[in-house]
Amino acid sequence: MSSAWGLWVVIVAAGAVAWFTKAAGHRVPDRWLENPRVLRIASYLTVALLSALFAVQAFTSGRSLAFDARVAAVAVAAVLLWRRAPFIVVVIAAAIVAAALRAAGWS
Amino acid sequence: MSLATGAYGLSLGALAVAAGMDLWQTIALSLLVFSGGSQFAFVGVIGAAGSPWAALGTSALLGVRNGFYGVALAPILRPMHGWRFVWGAQITIDESTAVALAQPADDRQSRREGFWWTGVGVFVAWNALVGVGAIAGQYLGEPQAWGLDAAAAAAFLGLVWPRLAPRKVQAIAAAAAVLALALTPVLPAGLPILAAALVALVAGWSGPAVDLEPTEAPV
Repeated sequence: MSSAWGLWVVIVAAGAVAWFTKAAGHRVPDRWLENPRVLRIASYLTVALLSALFAVQAFTSGRSLAFDARVAAVAVAAVLLWRRAPFIVVVIAAAIVAAALRAAGWS
Repeated sequence: MSLATGAYGLSLGALAVAAGMDLWQTIALSLLVFSGGSQFAFVGVIGAAGSPWAALGTSALLGVRNGFYGVALAPILRPMHGWRFVWGAQITIDESTAVALAQPADDRQSRREGFWWTGVGVFVAWNALVGVGAIAGQYLGEPQAWGLDAAAAAAFLGLVWPRLAPRKVQAIAAAAAVLALALTPVLPAGLPILAAALVALVAGWSGPAVDLEPTEAPV
């Protein structure tokens, strides 16, 4: 399903799912969602998915692991985050590091 | 807060185009999904050549949080009907929830106003800046030469960073990252990310109670 129409269908579906998720919270009885286990899993879900997205984006290329200019870029990003740099600075710095290393011929 | 939101929006717009979405798809995704984490996830999976359905699944799971914000907001916003409900639900996100709940608990009026003004304000600013980012992204050349793949990785790191203080959460983050990398050679693209949800399921099955706190970052 690589057609542009397929992507459009999924974009609209993602919007519908997002809206119904938000709306459900306003409408379902409180006790359904105030279960401690449900709350814990929902809370950890965000961290788990973002960490997986980070790892795949930083260290894979297609179906294999890859360690290239992105490793240096995310190391710089981590230092900047630790130094409490603003989000946009972190993102742009990572792009510059990777672009510069590639321009210098370092994969 | 609006400056911070703008930075996320600009980054997202540029990264969506780099991931292969066109300008209108990027804008439609932003207007319809309107939740930063879900949008970044969608774009990330598409950019990793995952199937659109894996993108949908990951974006849906990252949106679960918003459902819980609705529970906290419902007593403040009731009664909501018709179009007011449609809009109220759409702008139930981290920022509007955080501002509403930061007002004094006994002042329902300012909690309501905090929710609506923040939600509508962020909706306008966020979508405008996603559009600007996407337009700018169209003028950039080869995404790799510009380091946009590294920028996307840094964006995910920046989104998860503020949540990493507790030890248990650090362990969950590490386990999810390792699991996704381990599954990358064996599963179709996109599914290793989705599989990381299992880490949350296992880690959250038992343990002390936690609160679902909205953060200033849009995730």
